[in-house]
Amino acid sequence: MGSEHQPGNERQRPIRVLVAKPGLDGHDRGAKVMARAFRDAGFEVIYTGLFQTAEMIANAALQEDVDVVGLSILSGAHMSLFPPIIDALHEVGRDDALIVAGGTIPTEDIPALEALGVSKIFGPGTRLQDAVAYIHDHAPVRTDVP
Amino acid sequence: MVNQPLSQPGLAARVLAGDRAALARLLTYLENDTEIGELAFEKLYPHTGRAHLIGITGPPGGGKSTLVNELIREYRQRGANIAIIAIDPSSPLTGGATLGDRIRMQEWHADPGVFIRSMASRRFGGGLARNTLAVAHAFDAAGFDPIIIETVGSGQDEVAIASLAMTTLLVQVPGTGDGVQTLKAGSLEIGDILVVTKGDRPESGELARDLRNLRHVALAAGSEQTGWTAPVIKTSAVRQEGIDKLLDAIGEHRQWLEESGEMETRLLTIVSTEVTSRVQEALYRQLQRPNAGDETTRNIIDRVTARQLTPQQAATQIFSRIRNGSS
Repeated sequence: MGSEHQPGNERQRPIRVLVAKPGLDGHDRGAKVMARAFRDAGFEVIYTGLFQTAEMIANAALQEDVDVVGLSILSGAHMSLFPPIIDALHEVGRDDALIVAGGTIPTEDIPALEALGVSKIFGPGTRLQDAVAYIHDHAPVRTDVP
Repeated sequence: MVNQPLSQPGLAARVLAGDRAALARLLTYLENDTEIGELAFEKLYPHTGRAHLIGITGPPGGGKSTLVNELIREYRQRGANIAIIAIDPSSPLTGGATLGDRIRMQEWHADPGVFIRSMASRRFGGGLARNTLAVAHAFDAAGFDPIIIETVGSGQDEVAIASLAMTTLLVQVPGTGDGVQTLKAGSLEIGDILVVTKGDRPESGELARDLRNLRHVALAAGSEQTGWTAPVIKTSAVRQEGIDKLLDAIGEHRQWLEESGEMETRLLTIVSTEVTSRVQEALYRQLQRPNAGDETTRNIIDRVTARQLTPQQAATQIFSRIRNGSS
């Protein structure tokens, strides 16, 4: 995971980001704030909102052909919800997208999530511009459709 | 990380064979005018022209996406494979967009007979994205029929969808104005079918009545020459009412188009519009070329600033330079 900066291969189109909230907690303020910040950064944000299953997220990532999958979670269930999401993305062939997460995720869980394939966790207090900058720098640049 | 390109020569074949990942990637290629997309499109185009393109337009928050979700349900019950192109506006300031139509259509994630793709308008105008029709053609080649194009939420004057779709549904929302609104020119005239959404609301009956009355006036005045009178259909997603009637009306319209010969006319309009817009784009790109900003062009612009030329005179001069290849 991570990004490679390819000289001479500049991004020529808006980054497409899926913003989804897996699980059953109803706190979507954070996801909406992030969606708005991404929009203001010039990204095209597919916002699917609350109560997303792994299959819904994978299907949206596939059909929308996103560059980034952003997961927001405040329920504390990330350790049980994220593995099936990564599996589902893998199954549809979209685990090549940059996967990031935000919400209330304890720091001790971060290494396990990173090992799973989540590139970056944006914890409470993350500045919006830092999340935007991270995606800007790490979203894959495709050689076939830069 | 750099994504592996799906750009093998077999892309078109994979799309024809029903490969959803290949289709999704092709749509990205088409949306972004890539050469890979154009090459695949050349192979796919002979396989298009089968699907019925249905446009849906109406005001923001008018229930278009919710209506689309109900249409998906009914079309799936009738055994059709259905594709949706859902367009939302891009920011004029940042170019970013929130594509939020899909949120109303989430129950189909496990159904291979439904494919939903969101597009940002990228400031194309008319409530559409520039490559909307190319994306629709790709869905057509992949075997989807019908294909629903949901426009950006629109006001009174966005009529471009009617030169792209075979059947245009115009959504009208109860409680947003009195009967005078139904008298106005513009969007109201392009609806092949008028849909009053939120039919569970008390004002919906009055709106449907106003729209129907208007239709009778148009009939009596003989101002509707086409032979098709737009029906007014009241729907309620909450009560799941009116959707079957709407599907029947779409079917009747399709049948009328075919029997009356109007389908040929509309297909001709669609194709001409598409070709013309490609020509416009080519000319526009020509204008954007570095040497189009050369000294002569700048001099012409300066003369407009100095009020020595009108914008039209300047445009004529610049256009003739482009046409003569002298730029």
